[in-house]
Formats: sequence, structure tokens, C-alpha cells
Amino acid sequence: MRWLARQRAFLDFTLLSLWRRKGKNAALILAYALVVFLVASVMFAVRALRTEAANVLAGTPELIVQRMLAGRHETVPESYVATVKAIRGVSRVTPRLWGYYFNRAAGATYTVMAPAGFAHGHGEIVVGPGVARTWLSPVDGQYLFRTVAGDSAGFVPVEALPEDTELVSGDLILMSGADFRRVFGLPEGFYTDLAVSVPNERELETVTEKIQRALPDTRPIQRRELLRTYAAVFDWRGGYVIVLLSGAGLAFFIFAWDRATGLSAEERREIGVLKALGWDTADVLSMKLWEGLTISLTAFLLGLIAAYVHVFLAGAGLFAQALKGWSVLAPRLDLTPAIDPTELLSLFFLTVAPYAVITLIPAWRAATTDPDAVMRG
Amino acid sequence: MSVKPAVLALLLTAGLVCLTLAAAAVQGLLIRRGFDLASGSPRQLALERRTYLVSTALSLVMAFEIMSLFLLVYVADDLHELFVGAMCAAGTFNVNSYGYTALTLKTLGALGCGVWLAVNHADTLGYDYPLLKSKYLWLSPLSLLVILADYVETRFLLGLAPDQITSCCGAIFSEAAAGVAGTLSHVPPRLAQALFVAGLLAVARSAAHVLATGRGARIFAAASAALFAASLIAVVSFISVFWYELPTHHCPFCLIQAEYGFVGYPLYAGLILGTACGLAVGALAGAGRHASLAEVLPRLKRRLTVAALAGFGLTAAIAAWPMIFSDFRLG
Repeated sequence: MRWLARQRAFLDFTLLSLWRRKGKNAALILAYALVVFLVASVMFAVRALRTEAANVLAGTPELIVQRMLAGRHETVPESYVATVKAIRGVSRVTPRLWGYYFNRAAGATYTVMAPAGFAHGHGEIVVGPGVARTWLSPVDGQYLFRTVAGDSAGFVPVEALPEDTELVSGDLILMSGADFRRVFGLPEGFYTDLAVSVPNERELETVTEKIQRALPDTRPIQRRELLRTYAAVFDWRGGYVIVLLSGAGLAFFIFAWDRATGLSAEERREIGVLKALGWDTADVLSMKLWEGLTISLTAFLLGLIAAYVHVFLAGAGLFAQALKGWSVLAPRLDLTPAIDPTELLSLFFLTVAPYAVITLIPAWRAATTDPDAVMRG
Repeated sequence: MSVKPAVLALLLTAGLVCLTLAAAAVQGLLIRRGFDLASGSPRQLALERRTYLVSTALSLVMAFEIMSLFLLVYVADDLHELFVGAMCAAGTFNVNSYGYTALTLKTLGALGCGVWLAVNHADTLGYDYPLLKSKYLWLSPLSLLVILADYVETRFLLGLAPDQITSCCGAIFSEAAAGVAGTLSHVPPRLAQALFVAGLLAVARSAAHVLATGRGARIFAAASAALFAASLIAVVSFISVFWYELPTHHCPFCLIQAEYGFVGYPLYAGLILGTACGLAVGALAGAGRHASLAEVLPRLKRRLTVAALAGFGLTAAIAAWPMIFSDFRLG
């Protein structure tokens, strides 16, 4: 208890002393908070994007089978469906029709899909929120597509997809199978790829192997491979943004070092007086450490709050482009707040730990100052 | 390597800790050699001042080192998605040969740092630096251990490349597996339970003796170390099995996942706290002969003993929880 009361007294004294030099300390805290803010923004955004990708992929099939021809993706003939379905462990095989459509006027590429149970009729489409936003000049309320035959086909948008799935459905256009084949010239009996459902995850490897043996010209892709790729890509991007930011961090730490080393005459006199009044080196060192801790924690909290607002309320404007890596059709994305306590620990190690270490020697120098020398000087 | 914020944080911390420890260990040797409290020479004054720097710097980096052990485990768990076959941290540590060595060395390093911090704290309580020579004597081997641990950890992290093939925890900690993990999984649950309970009783009994008489510190430390070993066997042999409610799943790392409420973190934190405090009581056993510590040391030893009991108590409570509150029983 006595120890606690003593530390409280130190903290009390430190806060008052920091307050006396508020201008100078505010500048330091602001610069420090900026460094924390930058790193924290990247970390929050990466985590949120990973969570978003995982949520999106949760609804995708466990296995996708593509056919390859000369190392390129080819259409799959209908006969493959029965072959895959005959494999034990496969519960359902859905042939899929999808492709990319480049709209010259919008300068954007859209994903066009023909879902199996498309609820609307011929000549009607369902569009994602990004499509509605970017598709320029619909004629008479119709979206005009240029088909492979060279003529144009008009489609009436009858429904818009909800905004909350924008990361996946932003650039999506849904149409019937017949319309899809007309626009892209895909012959009957051929599909883009097969979505394979394997309910037991442990059978996935064996099923994958069997598919490759039965259909050697195919490439099965597992959902967890996709998840792994997304996680690696987002982490990698986040990591590199932090590496790029390390310049700013280094500049700040040099500034902090410089500031901690260059004690003002007033601060030196203050330490001299304290020591003359009976404070010993350990006390002054405690005070200096409390000072560092106060500055660190204040800046850490400020930076953290600012990063939270930036990422989850303002859409991570500063880094969104670098981290998401989308082109023209960047989806408008509200990231779901997701913070991991251990992430805060890494943030702490990236920002507070170096600060604590570099300000240690200046703090010690100040604490071991000879009162006599200071008061005379 | 995986350029991930948490990995960068670990690498940065390893660098900071190693540099500071190396510098502090050298200073420690100089202080140990030249320190003479009876002398009033400028050199002695400078050395006395320097001890403040060294002990503050060491307190700081050792605290970082202990925290970074948990960050390492978290990173390994978080990265498992990148590796084919990995289901949790067990797979990530298995990706290259440095993984489990790094974890073992860092755990030993964290325990050593905990004990050193306690001795350092005791030293600051006496006015005449009573434990200065012995604490700096132990600093060099401890620094070497921590630097080695951080080096192996860095090699482990730099050697992680996405899409490497590893084994899942079900294979590493299975009764059929070879090596330490397989052997631990093979220990019969009854035997592991008996060892764990015996360890707990030994710790409780020796702690009661330390608290009542202030003696028997070394026995308490030995009991703590034994309980640490028994707990590790227990985690693999039956604690994990009870938490997963699956008699064949022995993984000690799936416990730290969200699915099991991150229960592994308090379980291991309790174990490390208990062991480090228990060992620290033993390390301070002979310190009572210094006159300047005669009054304060018994109080410190009592506090450390209580902290050790709290740590082991937390571990025991987490171990007992599913055994009491779930319907799962080992046949």
C-alpha cells in the first residue's frame, strides 16, 4: 500500500510537471499519436478486410473445379458433372456460368453470372450496387451489352443487390443462362466451372485427388486455399505499408530522442532542486519513467481512437486503395469493427517499446545529474 | 518470411531486447568486477549510477521479453491459415525446425527473466546493493539464453513462407506420433492426473511452510518446477482432452483459439506466473543473511509465494473446470 501511495505521489508530481510545459509536451504527444495512428489504421484495416473476406468466402463452395487447356482456364463440358458427382463424398455438383464483361464507356470490368435458379425472366438482370453507380447512360432504362456477335442486347435492371455485401456483389450482374450464352457466345452444354459440395471437410483432400485422377485436365481449387491466399495478400500488403511507414516512425523516434536528451535549463534546475531536497536517483528515475509512460499511453490512446474512427467510421480513406487493391470499381465498404487484444499488443511493441528504450538513457542521464553542478551551472 | 504487423513487432522487439541485453550484460560484468561499496572514488560513484541504468533497462526489456512469448504464440496461431495442413499454432511451429526450439527457449527465457526481475527488485530494497554481485553473475548466462531464444525465433519467423506443408496438431500430438509430443500424448490420463494433483499438493504444502516459518524456500522452488513439468504433461494428456471433449485430441495450442474462449492464455499465464514466482522464492532463499534485507525480505518472499499460489491456482481452476462442469468423462 505504501508503495502504491508513493507511486501515486510520483504520478501526481509528473502530471503537474508535464502540465507546466504543456506546449512542448503537446507537440511530442501529437507527433507520437500520429505514428500510432498510422500503424494502428493499417492493422485495423487489414484485420477487418481479412474478416470480411472470410465472411464472404464462408458462403462459397468447398471446391471449385476448372478445366485447363494449354495452361489457360477453359470451359467445362457437361459430361464432367456426372464424373465428379460419382465420387464418394461429393454431395452436389453445380455447373456455373460466369464471366467478365468490360464496359468501354465506364472503363470498368463487371462480373456477369447466370445463377442456376435465376428468378427473373429473359432480358432482365439483377445488378450490384457498384454497377448501378458506375454504368453510364442506360438507354430507355436498359443496360446495353455488346454481344460476341457484334450486335447489342438491352437488359432491364429489375432488382438491385443489397449494399451490405458490396465487397463481393459490387460489380456483379446476374442474368439468365440463355442471356448469358447469347452475350458471351458460350455453346450449350458447356459451363465456366463446377462448384462441388463436400460436406465432410476431412474428405476434401481425397475428393480433390480423385477428381484430378478422373479428369486430369482439371484444376480443383479448395476454399481454404482461397482463404489462405486472401489472408496472405492482406497481411503482406499491411506489412509492407508498415515497412514504408517505418521511415516516419524512425523520424519520430529521433525527434523523441533529441527532445529527451536536450533538457532545458529549467528542467535541469528542477531536477537539481529535487535532489537537493532529498530525492535520490531512483526517485528521479521513477519520475522520468512515469513521464515517459504518461506520454506514451496518452499518445497510444489518442492514436488508437483516431485510427478506430478513421478505419471503421471513415472507411480507411488513407490506405483503402493500397490495402484493398481494387481498380475502377472499388467497392464502397463499411468495415465491421473487429479488434483483437493481441493486435493491440503488437501495436504496443511497434510503438511504445522503441520509445521506452530510446528515452531510457536520457532519463537516466537526467536522474544522475549532480545537483551541485546543476545549481551552480 | 511473412510480412505481418505482429511478425514485424516480434522482430523489432527481439532486436531491441538483444541489443539492450548485450549492452547491459557487458555493463553488468564491468560493475561486478569494479564495484566496491567501501570506496568513494569517482569510478565507484560512476558505477553506482550505472547500476540504475542497467537495472532499469533490464526490467524494461525483460518485461517485453515475457510479453513477447505470448505474442509469439498468438502469431503462430494467427498464421496457421497460411500453411497447408496446419489447424492451429502447433502446425505453424512445425513448419520449420526452429519453431518448437524457439518456443522452448523463449519459455525458459521468460521464466529466467521473471526470476531475475524478482531478485533485482529485492536488491533495490536494500540500501547497500546486497544482491548486486550475484544478480550480475546470473545476468550473463540469462542474457545468452534470451539472445539465443530471440535468434532462433527470428530464424523461425524469417523461414516462414506461405504454402509450406506442415502437419496438423491432430498428427503431431497423437498417440501414434514419435518424439516428445507423441510421448506426452501417450501418458495415461490417470497417471498425468495423479502427477498433477501430487504437484499441486506439494506446492501447497511447501508454500504453507514458507508462509508460516519463512523457511523451506528451496523445496518450494523445486516443487514449483516439478509442478510446471507435471502441468505441461497434464495439458497434453488430459486437460486439453477435457476442454475439447474429444478423447483423441491432445493439442495444447487449440486451447488458445476463440473456439475455446482463449482459455489457453490464462492457463499458460498462470503457469508461468506460478513457476517464475516459485523459482524466485528459491533464488532469494539465501538472501536473508544480508542485514539490509533482513526486515524486507520475508515480506517479499511471502508476496511471491502468494503470487505463485495464485498463478498455479488459476491453472488448476482452468484444468478442473471442464472436469466438474461438463458431462464428458474419460472411460
